[in-house]
Formats: sequence, structure tokens, C-alpha cells
Amino acid sequence: MTAPATPAIEVRAVGKTYAVGRRRREVVLDCSFDVADGSFTVLIGPSGAGKSTLVRLIAGFEKPTEGEIRVGGRPITGPGPDRQVVFQETALFPWMTTAENVAYGPKARRAYTVDARQLAARLIERVGLDQFRSKYPSQLSGGMQRRAELARAMVNHPRVMILDEPFRGLDAMTKKLMLEYYAELSRESKRTNLFVTTDVDEAIFLADRLLVMTHIPTRVREAIDVDLPYPRRLAAFASDDRANELKRRVLSILHEEAARGFGAGNGAADFVAAYRSRMAEEST
Amino acid sequence: MTTNVLVGAAGEPVRPIRPKAVTWASGRATRRALVSYAVVLLVWQLGATSRTWLGHPLPILGNLPAPSAVLEAFRRLLGDPGYWQSGYASFLRVVTGFGAAVLVGVPLGLLMALNPRLRRVVFPVFELLRPIPPLAWVPAAIIFWPTQELSIDFVIFIGAFYTMVLNVLGGADSVDVRLIQTARSMGAARWNVFSRVVLPAVIPSIVVGSQVAIGITWEVVVAAEMISGGGSGGGTASGGGLGFFIWSSYVGGSYPQIVVGMISIGMAGYLSSAALRWTGGRLTRWAGAPS
Repeated sequence: MTAPATPAIEVRAVGKTYAVGRRRREVVLDCSFDVADGSFTVLIGPSGAGKSTLVRLIAGFEKPTEGEIRVGGRPITGPGPDRQVVFQETALFPWMTTAENVAYGPKARRAYTVDARQLAARLIERVGLDQFRSKYPSQLSGGMQRRAELARAMVNHPRVMILDEPFRGLDAMTKKLMLEYYAELSRESKRTNLFVTTDVDEAIFLADRLLVMTHIPTRVREAIDVDLPYPRRLAAFASDDRANELKRRVLSILHEEAARGFGAGNGAADFVAAYRSRMAEEST
Repeated sequence: MTTNVLVGAAGEPVRPIRPKAVTWASGRATRRALVSYAVVLLVWQLGATSRTWLGHPLPILGNLPAPSAVLEAFRRLLGDPGYWQSGYASFLRVVTGFGAAVLVGVPLGLLMALNPRLRRVVFPVFELLRPIPPLAWVPAAIIFWPTQELSIDFVIFIGAFYTMVLNVLGGADSVDVRLIQTARSMGAARWNVFSRVVLPAVIPSIVVGSQVAIGITWEVVVAAEMISGGGSGGGTASGGGLGFFIWSSYVGGSYPQIVVGMISIGMAGYLSSAALRWTGGRLTRWAGAPS
């Protein structure tokens, strides 16, 4: 009997509670799921559900108040190069050129070997920024910034790429191109992805496994295997019965959860913001 | 890049590249500035020579030396080593006081931003001392410091110090937390996060703070020189600096020289700000860099 392969990420009964004064808010509650090695797992939930909080916990930027998160079988103790996060808005270093941004990780770890240098150059080429390697982020378009960030993350050989609504804010056309581009890029590299979104089309297009999250406090409401064949085409989805069926199913769950959240008041982001500003006041 | 429409590799259009400063507009701005200088000089000249306006004595202009007299005094002073030494003395003091404010203020601001405990200890004292105007420090500084030169330097330091610290602190507080998280998640050590992420993010605030601070130092140096009687020069025209130069011109009754001294300070302040602006622009080329 062979043991099943260790999942890339194991989230076990994780809870996260923020306290502001006497008010307490459970943003994540009893949340458990696995991200299988090599899978493209998409977390979808209504906005304000607490998905970004979950991302920060898995990235190791914050610690859960309950439960445990394991990466490659080992409990995490903080952020690490095995998990690379691409955020909603650009987080490129504005004072570094494209090439410097991409080379930052290996250089910071004093691992900027010949191999690392070649990989960085190859990735910059792969994301189509070869001509823009010596430009600063302020000189790049929104879509180019996203691609530079993907290259900067991938150069670190992460076990998992964590993408938190990475294409939000791009115009519809650019977003569609970026989605098809990223799907191709990640299938080609067989990398594990945890992708967070509120957009059903985006989710079904990318996912081989879809985790539909509840409203705050968030946990997995339903796990759906997306068995659509590859290569997928966004344009073909409208006439694809299987895709439409999946979409209806996900939307009806999201609808319920969003309606629940509507009555429940503040979303997670409001509460986390209140918590942060309170902490900032207390530290001065 | 000479094509009109740039397209990125994924096919999305690339943000159009901003043209460089339009020379025609800046040429017009220069002409307008020159016209306004000319008008001011003309009104000043007319007012100072006639001393009346429709039969009434002119309040301020009537008592001023005319631009022609000032120009004459200026021409004479250009050949006077005492004038140049005054300017040089003030300049040295500004550089010393300002340099000390940068050397102490930038690290203090950064330390307070990075270490909440230190900030809780230092900031209340800092906020209590901050409202005290630099000139109120003059008598105490003269008592504290062994030489008058050092007392003047100290008062100038005080003038620039608070502005530097507050700007650095504000800049460091507003560093995007995601940039720090990104660096940490790539395995960067604390020092690397500081030197490659926090420090570059704070540089624009240091640049802005320096420009404000150097303006304050020119205000302060003149007043400090007047009050202290000219510092180590012992009151001679050569060592007293521009402040003392103005004051002794007043005492000696050479009013055109007062105006020359004032204009000299204005130009010195303008030039030092411009020098800092230029340096700052070189240091932050990444911000809004032309393509």
C-alpha cells in the first residue's frame, strides 16, 4: 500500500479572530482544506468573506489563532520562499528595474548563482518583458506589471504560487489575455497554484479544483472538481453546457452566501482595517 | 521605441509614454517671470525716487533705497572680500547645521519608525521640544557651547532637525506593507529588507524634508548671527556672516547694503534648495521616470 502524496498545503481547522477593543470578529472559522501537489486550486467567495485573511495566514504574514497550516507536510512558522504571493495591486519595488525586481529574491538570499541569473533572464523573456528589462515599474502598463510580478515570484522556485485576485483592476481585454497567458504558463511549468477570486468565469476557466467559500467567518462550503478538458478557451465557455452547469451551481452558492453577508454587516476587510489602525495607534 | 502604438507580449496595449517637458511652455513661463521681475523693479524704482504717490508719502517704498542705489552698492560689494567672506561664513554654518540635522535626524526618524518602544520613549520629548522656536535656543546655546560658532551651528541644527525627523518618520510609516511582506517571503534578512526596501521608500521623504529644512536654516542663520553679534568673527564684517553684515549695515546707516544682504540670502536659499532638488531628482529617478 503506497501512502498518498503529501499535499502542497494542508489547512487544518484554522481560525483567525481579530479583536478591536471589546469587539471580536471571527474572520476565518474551522477552515480545513488541502491543495494537492501540482493542482490549480481556486478559492472563490463573496467579497469581504475573509479570503485575503486566509491568504495572509497561508503566506505566513499572520498567525492563525487556531489550527495549523502545513506546507509540504511541515507546519509553517512564517513567510518563506516556498510560498510566493502575488497581490491584488502591484507590489513591485518601484525603485528597481524589471530585471532588478525579478533578481531580488535570489540576490536577497545570496543565491544569485549563474543558474539563478539564467532563470531570471529566461523568465523575463517568457513573460515578454525582454525589451523592458531596464524600465522602472512606473514605466510599465498594468498588464506588464502583473507579468513582471509573476516572473519575480516564479524565479524563487516556490512550491506554491498564491495569487490573491491578481488580475483585478485590469481592463476586461487585458484581463482575458492575462488569464489565458497565466493558465498556459502554469500548465507548462506544472506548478501548484492557489488562486483567489470573486469572478466565477475566471475561477472555472483556471481551476481543476474549486473551493467555494462561505461568507465571513469563512470556511470551505463546497469543493468542486472542474473536469473541463484542456486547453480551455474563455470565448468557448458561453456555449459549453458543462461549464454553464458548473457556473450556475457556483453562482447559486455564492448568491446565498452573499445574501447572508449582506445582513451580517461589515466584511472582513473593514474589520481588518479597523484592527490595524487600532494596533498602529497603540504602538505610538 | 519609435512605433506609435506599443503592444506588450500578451497583446495588451502599453501605457503611452509621457512626452518630456514642453520647451515652448517653459519658455513662456520664463518670459512671464522676467516681466514680473521688471514690473516689481520699476514700481520700486519709481516709488523710491519720488517718495510720494498723488501727494501722499509712500509708506514702505518711500523709505527704501532705490534699485539703482542697491545695484550700485551691489557692484561695489562684489569687489569687497568682506562681503564674500560674510556669505561664505553663513554658508559654512548652514552646511554644518543642516548636515548635522540630516546625520542625526534621518537615523532617529528611521529608528523611531522601526522600533515602537523607542518611539514611545523619544517621541513625547521630541513633541515637547519641537514647538520651541530655534531662536529661543540662542541664549541657552551660547551658554551651553564653548564657542559662539558652535552655538550658532546648534541653533541652525535645531531649525532643520525637527523637519527632517518628522518627514523621515512619516515616510517610513507609510511604506507599503506588501513590499515588506514580499521581500520577507522571498527570504530576505532584516538588514536586506531595510536597505533595499525601507530605505529607498523613505528617500523621497528625505528629499522633501531636506528642501523644507534648508529653507528654515537660511531663516535661522541670519537671525542667529544678528542676535549673537556675529559669532567667532568677533563682530568684524568678515566673520559675522550675512546676518551680521545686514545688521552692521543698518547700524552704519548704509541702507542699500541692507537690501543687498537681504537679496543675497534670498538667492543663497534659492540656490541651495535648487541644488537639493537636483540631487533629489537624481536619487529618485525611478519615480515618474521618463521612458
